[in-house]
Amino acid sequence: MFYREAGQFKATYAADQAIFPILQDKIGIAIILAIAFGVIPAFASDYFLSSLMLPFLVFSLAALGLNILLGYCGQLSLGTGAFMACGAFFAYKITTAFPELNIIFVFLLAGAGTAAVGVFFGLPSLRIKGFYLAVATLAAQFFLIWMFNKVDWWTNFSPSGVISAPPREVLPGFAVTGSSATPVDRYYFALGVVCVLALLAKNMVRSRIGRTWMAIRDMDIAAEIIGIRPMAAKLSAFAISSFYIGVAGALWAFVYTSSVEALAFDINRSFQVLFMVIIGGLGSILGSFLGAAFIVLLPIIINQAPAAVGIVMDTALLGHIEFMVLGALIIIILIAEPHGMARLWQIGKEKLRLWPFPH
Amino acid sequence: MNFKRLTALAVATVIGAGAFWASQPAVAQAEDEMFIPLMVYRTGPYAPNGIPLADAFQDYLKVLNERDGGINGVKMTWEECETQYNNDRGVECYERLKNNGPTGAAAFFPFSTGITYALIERATNDKIPVFSMGYGRADASDGRVFPYVFTSPTTYWAQADAMINYIAQQEGGYGDLDGKKIALVYHDSAYGKEPIKTLELLAEEHGFKLTLHPVSHPGLEQKSTWLQIGRRVKPDWTLMWGWGVMNATAIKEASAVGYPMDRFIGVWWSGSEVDVRPAGDQAIGYKAGNFHGVGQDFGVVQDILTHVYAKGQGTGPEDQVGEVLYNRGLINMFIITEAIRTAMGRYGDKALTGEQVRWGFENLNIDQATLERAGFDGMMKPIQLSCTDHEGGGQLLVQQWNGSEWEVVSDWIEPNGDLIRGLYEASAEQYANEKGIALDRCTS
Repeated sequence: MFYREAGQFKATYAADQAIFPILQDKIGIAIILAIAFGVIPAFASDYFLSSLMLPFLVFSLAALGLNILLGYCGQLSLGTGAFMACGAFFAYKITTAFPELNIIFVFLLAGAGTAAVGVFFGLPSLRIKGFYLAVATLAAQFFLIWMFNKVDWWTNFSPSGVISAPPREVLPGFAVTGSSATPVDRYYFALGVVCVLALLAKNMVRSRIGRTWMAIRDMDIAAEIIGIRPMAAKLSAFAISSFYIGVAGALWAFVYTSSVEALAFDINRSFQVLFMVIIGGLGSILGSFLGAAFIVLLPIIINQAPAAVGIVMDTALLGHIEFMVLGALIIIILIAEPHGMARLWQIGKEKLRLWPFPH
Repeated sequence: MNFKRLTALAVATVIGAGAFWASQPAVAQAEDEMFIPLMVYRTGPYAPNGIPLADAFQDYLKVLNERDGGINGVKMTWEECETQYNNDRGVECYERLKNNGPTGAAAFFPFSTGITYALIERATNDKIPVFSMGYGRADASDGRVFPYVFTSPTTYWAQADAMINYIAQQEGGYGDLDGKKIALVYHDSAYGKEPIKTLELLAEEHGFKLTLHPVSHPGLEQKSTWLQIGRRVKPDWTLMWGWGVMNATAIKEASAVGYPMDRFIGVWWSGSEVDVRPAGDQAIGYKAGNFHGVGQDFGVVQDILTHVYAKGQGTGPEDQVGEVLYNRGLINMFIITEAIRTAMGRYGDKALTGEQVRWGFENLNIDQATLERAGFDGMMKPIQLSCTDHEGGGQLLVQQWNGSEWEVVSDWIEPNGDLIRGLYEASAEQYANEKGIALDRCTS
């Protein structure tokens, strides 16, 4: 009933090609955007914005990047953390070398640099696939982190290898990095970047390039026979995916934590993003956001829930409960729906379409 | 109930709990209570080190409330937040706790170099002191550039220098260091790399040869490192900047290649009971730096045993009281509460804001009489801080493991103050330059 499409006719090509063809979806997205841009900054506390929403947005972007590569193009990568580090360190070097350059261009250049690195480490994908490729991308993970940790030039010769975000403004008076940036400004900036890139991703996967990725993912030999060039498809997936992850890394270091060392992007970070993509849903833009929310926000909610309902609990016990509940939820969700949380939402939509008269 | 329904139920429960939690207002607290946030790690890879620290924080606050009725009649309240020694969670804890209590948090002490780095700017902005006792950013000892960061009583750089001073004493003077070989085994992270610049400078000055041996996290694989040290480099002394499981592994591997234990000195984070006990008898003779005494023979420890543990109020197991990390937690709490007491001398006996506590830190003077009153006599050196100097001393003790307990085997060792001060200032000025901070705070 809620998703009844009867009566929604498409009379033009533009209407037929809309991102959200159903009226209910359009309204839903409009509400979500209104909440994200209007309600949250107006009412949420600094804690909510800077400790929950910022990491959620940054990880959503990283998960989106990995989803393009893994979910849409079928190339398994374990180098996400390293590509995030690339984005962070490239942005740091660019912005300290050219302090006048607007931070948006810094982030775009950092993303472009990461895309180049991604293409380089994506080259093995032309010969190997699946788990073998995952191991090959591990090389990127180890090599890049080692390099950022070892070569002092990347940190402007800081004695401890920590980079710290210098103060930068997007527009005069709208600082987004450094100590003068308010949580609301940081949030708006991150939200803007994520929304633009998510919209681009959504359109990309519906267009020719997205369809070539999916053809390669579903059966590469068949795709090649019908005229898709595997090299162009795979390398473009690596480039675009790395671009997204690089921008996410730069956001992480500049807008969220403000100071970061290379070890913050170790292999655990790669796994974290990989789990987000798997739990959220492979090959789904929405899934990237759901997965990020699950991995980033849920542990914090579990950790605070007992205190919120007035149960005083030992910190260590609470820590262990957090691990157990999160682990159990991961298992339950994956057994119930191996295609991830995005698929659960899709099933929910199907049911709503028939409700209240299931057949 | 099938799995799909179970999932839906679980998801709904979590969302419901989340919504409920988000709607909860902060608990109101009385005006005459001072809130102290406790960042702890009782779970995760470094839990064995984090638990005694966390227990000591609470025990000291409990003894203050029990024995003295708080500080000048103002009761202490506290709340723990679990960081798992993870930078992101540390930042989250900071944001969660910074506004608790009637006047907000008194000071933060994350006990993690990574979290400290992440908090410096935030806390400076929020006007809350960050107390990083013997860890964190060494050049933050320069109060001109870092008004809200305190590193008292010592930093990695000062300690590296004091360790070389100790080695020189053992060798018969700085002149005898010429031509000697000193190896540094370190955790390959921001923390482990801290002493390198100081040691390189000292190597140049005194003519010893420094070799560097990074160990990647978590440090369970050190065979090749120690084969290199034991067979090829054969250093006269070995220093270690390790943490967690890395320490016990290093001690075992050093013993396996026959390296003399009494020429192997760990930083103070490599010198607690949890580091040497797993290595068993192999660890006998191993040395480590420290900046406080160990054991139960101090007034404050006895007070905790009578006022807290005897009444069944102890936070942790009683046999851990007096261990290295436990006493370090006590000293950490002692310096903070004394800073609060100093600030009360100016702002009155009530709950104070972070900015007021900062004043207390900058005017902190823990002299011998204060140490005796609080029961810390013999456990630590007097400390005096100022606007420019946020460290106040930097002295070091060397302790040695005898198989069952740590024994202090040296006098207080002074670092070379001028040299270290110069390093702090040069590094802090570079930071100030990058961030556009003026350097005239303490002169005006």
